[in-house]
Amino acid sequence: MKNIRNFCVIAHIDHGKSTLSDRLLEFTQTISERKMQNQALDDMDLERERGITIKSHAIQMYFNHENGEKYTLNMIDTPGHVDFSYEVSRSIAACEGALLLVDASQGVQAQTISNLYLAIEHDLEIIPVLNKVDMESAMVEEMSDQIIDLIGCDKEDIILASGKTGIGILDILNAVVDRVPAPTGSLDLPLQAVIFDSMFNSYRGIIAYFRIINGTMRKGDKVLFMNTESEYTADEVGILQMDQVPQKELHAGNVGYIVTGVKVSKEIKVGDTITTVENPAPEAIQGFEDVKPMVFAGIFPIDNDDFEDLRDSLEKLQLNDASLVFEPETSVALGFGFRCGFLGMLHLEIIQERLSREFDQDVITTIPNVSYLAYTTRGKELKVNTPTDLPDPTQMDRVEEPWIVAQVITKPEYIGAIMTLAMEKRGNLTNQHYLTPERVELSFDLPLAEIVFDFYDRLKSISRGYASFDYSPKEYRAADLVRLDIKLNGEPVDALSALVHRTKAQSFGRRICKRLKELLPRQQFQIAIQAAIGGKVVARETISALRKDVTAKCYGGDISRKRKLLEKQKKGKKKMRQVGNVEVPQKAFLQVLKLD
Amino acid sequence: MVQSIIQEIALQKDYLESAPLKSIYFGGGTPSLLTQKDLDTIFNAIHKYHQISESVEITLEANPDDLSLEKLQQLAQTPVNRLSIGTQSFFEEDLQWMNRAHTAQEAKNCIQIAQDQGFNNLTIDLIYGTPTTTNEMWKQNIQTAIELGIAHLSCYCLTVEPDTALEHFVKKGTKEAVDEEKAAQQFEILMQQAALAGYEHYEISNFAKPDCHARHNSNYWLGASYLGVGPSAHSFNGHSRQWNIAHNAKYIKALQEGQLSFEKEILTPDQQYNEYILTALRTKWGCELQKISTWGKGHEQYFLKSVEPYLKEQLIQERKQTYTLTSKGKLLADRIAMELFI
Repeated sequence: MKNIRNFCVIAHIDHGKSTLSDRLLEFTQTISERKMQNQALDDMDLERERGITIKSHAIQMYFNHENGEKYTLNMIDTPGHVDFSYEVSRSIAACEGALLLVDASQGVQAQTISNLYLAIEHDLEIIPVLNKVDMESAMVEEMSDQIIDLIGCDKEDIILASGKTGIGILDILNAVVDRVPAPTGSLDLPLQAVIFDSMFNSYRGIIAYFRIINGTMRKGDKVLFMNTESEYTADEVGILQMDQVPQKELHAGNVGYIVTGVKVSKEIKVGDTITTVENPAPEAIQGFEDVKPMVFAGIFPIDNDDFEDLRDSLEKLQLNDASLVFEPETSVALGFGFRCGFLGMLHLEIIQERLSREFDQDVITTIPNVSYLAYTTRGKELKVNTPTDLPDPTQMDRVEEPWIVAQVITKPEYIGAIMTLAMEKRGNLTNQHYLTPERVELSFDLPLAEIVFDFYDRLKSISRGYASFDYSPKEYRAADLVRLDIKLNGEPVDALSALVHRTKAQSFGRRICKRLKELLPRQQFQIAIQAAIGGKVVARETISALRKDVTAKCYGGDISRKRKLLEKQKKGKKKMRQVGNVEVPQKAFLQVLKLD
Repeated sequence: MVQSIIQEIALQKDYLESAPLKSIYFGGGTPSLLTQKDLDTIFNAIHKYHQISESVEITLEANPDDLSLEKLQQLAQTPVNRLSIGTQSFFEEDLQWMNRAHTAQEAKNCIQIAQDQGFNNLTIDLIYGTPTTTNEMWKQNIQTAIELGIAHLSCYCLTVEPDTALEHFVKKGTKEAVDEEKAAQQFEILMQQAALAGYEHYEISNFAKPDCHARHNSNYWLGASYLGVGPSAHSFNGHSRQWNIAHNAKYIKALQEGQLSFEKEILTPDQQYNEYILTALRTKWGCELQKISTWGKGHEQYFLKSVEPYLKEQLIQERKQTYTLTSKGKLLADRIAMELFI
């Protein structure tokens, strides 16, 4: 155990985590240069393209230290996005040390800070690394000061590195061995292993990645997953190199994988503790949470015939993404589809994109909402994941909405604009902390519902890109929530209903009405577009009736040209969705949310 | 070209079977360029291969700037008995906006000269909805036509057709697009004023004094057979439609080799039905349930079901199982036809 080191890398997107990881793999000859695919650790195309690690991975390297000893280094990768904070926390819990990777030109970002706080909370040894020091724009002095301010280290503790040129790679490996403590734990205690990730393999089922805290895990053992209370057989256990390498047994302090034949991702939960049935541990490792989806939206196939294909695709996605949930939903306007739950907006976007890219499924996504809690006058608690779930106002005592703690790191000149945005989003500033004279960290309490709509984009534009954002869920608080319905000639369009805060209902309604006015084709009659709360109309637009639609000339050759044109229109019309007497093209559902 | 046209007439002599010709129409492009001799040659060929009805209607399209006294005197010597004059407007600003070669004065003069030469069956084209045309000007245009004693009016709303110079200018913003509300108002003005002056609105764009409707064009809308001769000309025989190659040199070359270069489509029953709806609905003769039932019970039921909302909204009226557009419906003829399509 004394020759094992477990560490993770904390970094902001684009700060060079993947490239640096590749260098470490190369240097330790875990992977040969020839086999090296750039950024070997991100194995989903989408990740590589977006430059973000969506699912974390782990890899084992062997390093010969100058002290003559051989060390086993387990590097645990962490997902780099706000929606995945729980997964990050579990990866951190599996380590004793963390590399704090900071881009020498860009400095510390919000996401890095919140993950850093998590690591400090878990008593991890922090090794600061200033990356991309070879770039002309690198500001080594300034960024070093930032890091010193942030974690209170000495200047000489900071390693200068470049994933691109290989500067500092050996220093990092030495530091991991010298500074990160060896795992503590007992081989004699009953098995306790914490799951920090899992993935789906179409032949082997779900493969769980774990870190053993105490005891030994053996192939063939009957194992118990303590939080889900399910028992399996350890069909295979092993270590993670570039490929999975089966082992007879794994001991306390090490990182590995287990295959149990489980086919459904939901059965294996990140944060759960594995022990043996024969000699179970007295308690599970703390910190387990059953991650609940926070953002919900309806997903409908563009063509109703594709409903079954969509179900297939979602099921496949769920195999390696247990945080995606869905159940069938019916809409008068859109037909059959699914109500889907996501960790956050980025998660929603990723799913939408994967559906399109990997399964060729283009879908209509309805207005997203967060998960609310409603309490009826009879004292019953109801989960509200879709506008139709909201009880009638007469039977409702109160509604609560999720709030988050948000961190924004920016330049001082943008504080005013960001505070205005946060206030408009019903947030309040809880802390303002200067990391350096040029870099300030703002903390807000914000309703999650408010970041679902156009928060990221606006934050980006008011700060000209100089603001980074991170959040974690905080608590449920009372909310003055209303259901806003959109009506076309008096007929509600269920797919366009939204749950919004009362103070936002009117402006939101106005925007939807205005957008629909641009998107709906004129018809023989006037179309009234209304946004209403219950019976009260809060916004309205009118599309005037089509006044004139007639060809002037219709002689010999015109006839077949005109017939073909009208037949084409007729075909398009057949695809439209009917709401009362109004025809709504699918385009309208797809674009109504692109509000700006 | 005239030689090729003669050749085509010979080649296609059996297309129309044996019925005597009821109408002959020289149109599209500028047929007024044909000399008296050219016309004679063509008439000889027609006579050679076809029987011609006693009361045949023979129309020739011409622009006012082509119709000099001399030209009209020549035409009076030919069998042509009806002239279709591309007047467009009696206002200088409209004509300039439309980039026409003739002046407002020429437009009036040629009509009077034609009448002096014995052409009493005249039709003129008028255009409304042009940015330069106010409602008042449009009323005056119609009034001028009425006062000149024109028996037949074809009135077209300005249309921005794809791939035309006008579309280019409208896209560039150098010319205004058609104002839908104004175009609708001018169409309404037209319907009212023409009715008051005793014209029958017998097709969306066509108005005629009693017994003066264009027999030739009416055939298009009544689904009758016709033979089109010349490059790009369309022919129809009830169930198939064909159109000659739209390229003069290739058209001539093919005929020199004794062949006609054309494309052909055979209409499916649904397409025949759609064409019938499209064309018949535009006319005073309307869509007859009797005719629709010839495509089968299914088509008949489909029609009855889809026409219902339009009857309710008084866009279509029914009389003796014949369905015609109301004045209100005429403004939306295309939309309604599309809705009734199968």
